[in-house]
Amino acid sequence: MVQTEDGSTPIASGSRCNNSVIDDVYKDTGSLFEEPSAMTTGTYVDEKERFRTLATLQLPRLYAISRRLVGDDAEDAVQDCLLRAFRKFSQLEDESAGPAWIASILINVCRDRGRYKARHPEEVSLDDVEEFSLYRTIADEDPFPYSDSLHLDFLHQFTREDVHHVLLSLPEIYRVPLVLVHMDGFATKEVARIIEAPLGTVLARLHRGRKLFERKMWDYAGESGMLKEVVS
Amino acid sequence: MISCSQATKQLWDYVEGAVDGAQRRVIEEHLSVCRRCCGEVEFAEELRGFLAAHGDTDLPEEVKVRLTSFLDEL
Ligand SMILES: [Zn+2]
Repeated sequence: MVQTEDGSTPIASGSRCNNSVIDDVYKDTGSLFEEPSAMTTGTYVDEKERFRTLATLQLPRLYAISRRLVGDDAEDAVQDCLLRAFRKFSQLEDESAGPAWIASILINVCRDRGRYKARHPEEVSLDDVEEFSLYRTIADEDPFPYSDSLHLDFLHQFTREDVHHVLLSLPEIYRVPLVLVHMDGFATKEVARIIEAPLGTVLARLHRGRKLFERKMWDYAGESGMLKEVVS
Repeated sequence: MISCSQATKQLWDYVEGAVDGAQRRVIEEHLSVCRRCCGEVEFAEELRGFLAAHGDTDLPEEVKVRLTSFLDEL
């Protein structure tokens, strides 16, 4: 933290700090803290307000991402994310990157929770999935014999809640890239950075995730009686 | 010429623009003679729009209230 000899804040110091009174309070104890956090810098009030503004604006998006990644634990995950983000907020240098920054914290919180593993232990044979084509399956099985737009009719059977169920049935490693890229508009490179995996890995998981999603949609439609209802 | 199953494996990536020029030409060559795979491409595009359209989840009012007061307590 830059300060002049008399303890006042220099003009154009390049620091975000502009509250010299609180700076003075912490001037002597500052060294006790390895890294200045939102709690120890003089900008506490100001910073807290900026964080609150960022987080409030992002809440709908964070909650939506969280719902898709951890289902019913979404609210808890968002809370964890807000806590972590608040502690690290002073490290965010460019606040215009705030939305991407806070989303990446959320995604890592969701991945850390790890509860999806317990709920969905079954591994899918990816060889089968690789060969699967939802388009062809619908055409071959012809679930709506009187329809002239079979494929669209199939998709229209799915409510938001149904899609949610299908997504949650995917193993986490495939669900995360699929949701982030196709539903939340992240670039594949950005996903690679957030989950700290090589781009090639993300692309391969995305590819399999899409195939798996197709397969699970078909299974779900059968299990939930979606196809029968329309035929009868 | 690649087979339908070879083409199918790459169609999503094709739709995404995630294939290189050589792969793209091979796929397009196949598409020019295969109606079924053209259907696959259309469907992949449909499914892509479908996923994007199911992307927004509403933030329920009570969750919003709880998360906002959580923020206030930080
Ligand atoms: Zn073909």
